[in-house]
Amino acid sequence: MNSLRRLFAIMQKEFRQLKRDRVSFGMIVMIPLIQLTIFGYAINSDVRHLRAAVSDESRTDLSRELIAMVQQTQVVDIVGAASGPRELEQWLKEGRISVGIVIPFDYARRVERGESQPAQLLVDGSDPIVGQAAVQVAQLRLPGVKASAASRNAAVEERTHSFSTAVVPFNVPPIAISVPAFEIRLDYNPERISAVSIVPALLGVILTMTMVLFTAVAIVRERERGTLEMLITTPVRTAELMIGKIVPCIGVGLVQISIILGLGVVLFHVPIRGSLVDLYIAGLAFIIANLTMGLLNSTFAQNQFQAMQLTFFFFLPSILLSGFMFPFDGMPVPAQWIGEMLPLTHFNRMSRGILLRGATLAEVGRDLWPMAAFFGVMMSVVLLRFRKRLD
Amino acid sequence: MQENPPLQHSTTPSLQPSDGPAIEAHGLTRRFGHVAAVDALDLTVERGRIHGFLGPNGSGKTTTLRMLCGLLRPSAGTAKVLGMDVAHEAEAIRRQIGYMTQRFSLYEDLTVIENLEFVAVVQGLPAKKRRLRVDELLGRYGLNDRRRQIVGTLSGGERQRLALSAAVLHEPKLLFLDEPTAAVDPQNRRDFWESLFDISDGGTTILVSTHYMDEAERCHSLSILDVGRLAASGRPRRLAEALGQRVVEVETATPREAQTALHRAAGVLSVAQIGTHLHILVDEGASDPVGVVTAALRDAGLKGQVTSARPGLEDVFVAVTIARRKREAERSAA
Repeated sequence: MNSLRRLFAIMQKEFRQLKRDRVSFGMIVMIPLIQLTIFGYAINSDVRHLRAAVSDESRTDLSRELIAMVQQTQVVDIVGAASGPRELEQWLKEGRISVGIVIPFDYARRVERGESQPAQLLVDGSDPIVGQAAVQVAQLRLPGVKASAASRNAAVEERTHSFSTAVVPFNVPPIAISVPAFEIRLDYNPERISAVSIVPALLGVILTMTMVLFTAVAIVRERERGTLEMLITTPVRTAELMIGKIVPCIGVGLVQISIILGLGVVLFHVPIRGSLVDLYIAGLAFIIANLTMGLLNSTFAQNQFQAMQLTFFFFLPSILLSGFMFPFDGMPVPAQWIGEMLPLTHFNRMSRGILLRGATLAEVGRDLWPMAAFFGVMMSVVLLRFRKRLD
Repeated sequence: MQENPPLQHSTTPSLQPSDGPAIEAHGLTRRFGHVAAVDALDLTVERGRIHGFLGPNGSGKTTTLRMLCGLLRPSAGTAKVLGMDVAHEAEAIRRQIGYMTQRFSLYEDLTVIENLEFVAVVQGLPAKKRRLRVDELLGRYGLNDRRRQIVGTLSGGERQRLALSAAVLHEPKLLFLDEPTAAVDPQNRRDFWESLFDISDGGTTILVSTHYMDEAERCHSLSILDVGRLAASGRPRRLAEALGQRVVEVETATPREAQTALHRAAGVLSVAQIGTHLHILVDEGASDPVGVVTAALRDAGLKGQVTSARPGLEDVFVAVTIARRKREAERSAA
């Protein structure tokens, strides 16, 4: 009875303090709002409008048709015409263009003979994402070529330049793009709008930062202001104090989920294909896992500045190794192990599954257990580390 | 389970039937790294008393209080608070003590009443009693018209009375006060001490740390701390009387010159100027303190009227700290 009353009193106090703390209150709403708006619009893995230049030595209808076709893809914007391949290479090196299109003088003849790769793309390989995008251009089919030839041959040969070694920039041999054997069907985001897949992931990213920081600060602030010394000389129990601090933060987390989702639907037309209840359950598990990280943080940090630093110490690996920034499958195995330990990795999988693929909680439920394990380990460490003492 | 007995100020006798002292410590030590903040402290505080810790900043007062509250673990030695061991029974001790920290430790962004009600619940006061007790304390400590005020906007005296209210809310048997009057004007300090006597009168034992002599003089008993060690202890009056005839006052037209001369004189421990006269503490061994001072003035060719004076607590404090410094100087010279 007393225990419940104490728990309730702590929660009530936290809510009162939060209500009067305009800055924190504003941050709860503004952080997800601003971050989602900026990142939702800014992060775009579907690269378009690369700066390109053409060196057309053929000057035929066919070559002009090719240029028009390339321009239609919107992957590149042709911003200039070069006098020859040498000039294209120079522009690439200077960074004035990302893609150079080389059309040789005998282009028309090559096409007529059904030669493979009658033209060449020079691509700045120092940015991997530009390289990937240029592949789309390389896979173009030529007009007016017989179906049999077209199915075998790609229109353009792609050559990627590596600028990683500045002295010999063009030592990479030409990469022949093989015949496209598969037709790609993007099932869950057919228009390939980045925001649609970014929003479910941003949900986790934003929550990771605010949840860890809020919980840590909630306790560290008491230490900093000296009120913890008063609190720990009362009969209050560690668990009561921890839970009393956590519950208001859970509330904050759920509010933030709602803000991000609402904004995602309104601004970016993110579909909610699965059940909202499932998503909130996954979200709740994720929030609680992150809160224990915040509590652990607070057992180390002596002041709010240190709490902030420790939050970033956890936040950076979370965004880099969770599959948010880079595809999880491309990471080396040890990095994947670290990634598997992070709650964000699992929440990202669940939120994408539920929101975009319409999966049920049961279908993505295998990602709940790692979070539960994370919670168990962190909470044990916290209870071991937090003592009602000052030493 | 023993509940806290109600504190009825008028009916309970000033000294409870004693079952052992309220605080008993032997060889209590706390080291931070290689530095001993508290060094082999022995302490006995009888129940129902107001016991003072007198010492300058850094003398180990706060560290000792924190050890007695179970907030810091002793590096060596033992301490029993209300018969319970501080190292193993800290939780049980916490239910029966009140602690007013040196730094204000209530929530500045909550109102007066919100703070008190929060502390009342956390301390486990039953719902019915909570309201009554909070109202009683607000009335007693003159905070009734501040009820709904945010604590951050209170004056120093009001904050201090609120902190005291919060510390005694659950009617503790033992109250720890760490420099409670540091940020308070003289009138408020006097009123505060009257409150302490009221609380003491109700049977609560009080351990209060201070660096004000006038406050130390008001305590029933006193421990003088100096760099973590117990320098002297006993009743304030007795401590002063123990100095005997060692305090001498000089009335002179040239106090600055006289002070310089007396500083150099053998057998003189300390000289302090108070207005137009000098307050002098003479060495422990001197048989005729007035004679020593008179001779020293004569040798310097100065005139003055030398009289014996009644020693105060400040003299006790100066005597023990200077004696320590002298011992250390002799030890490092040897």
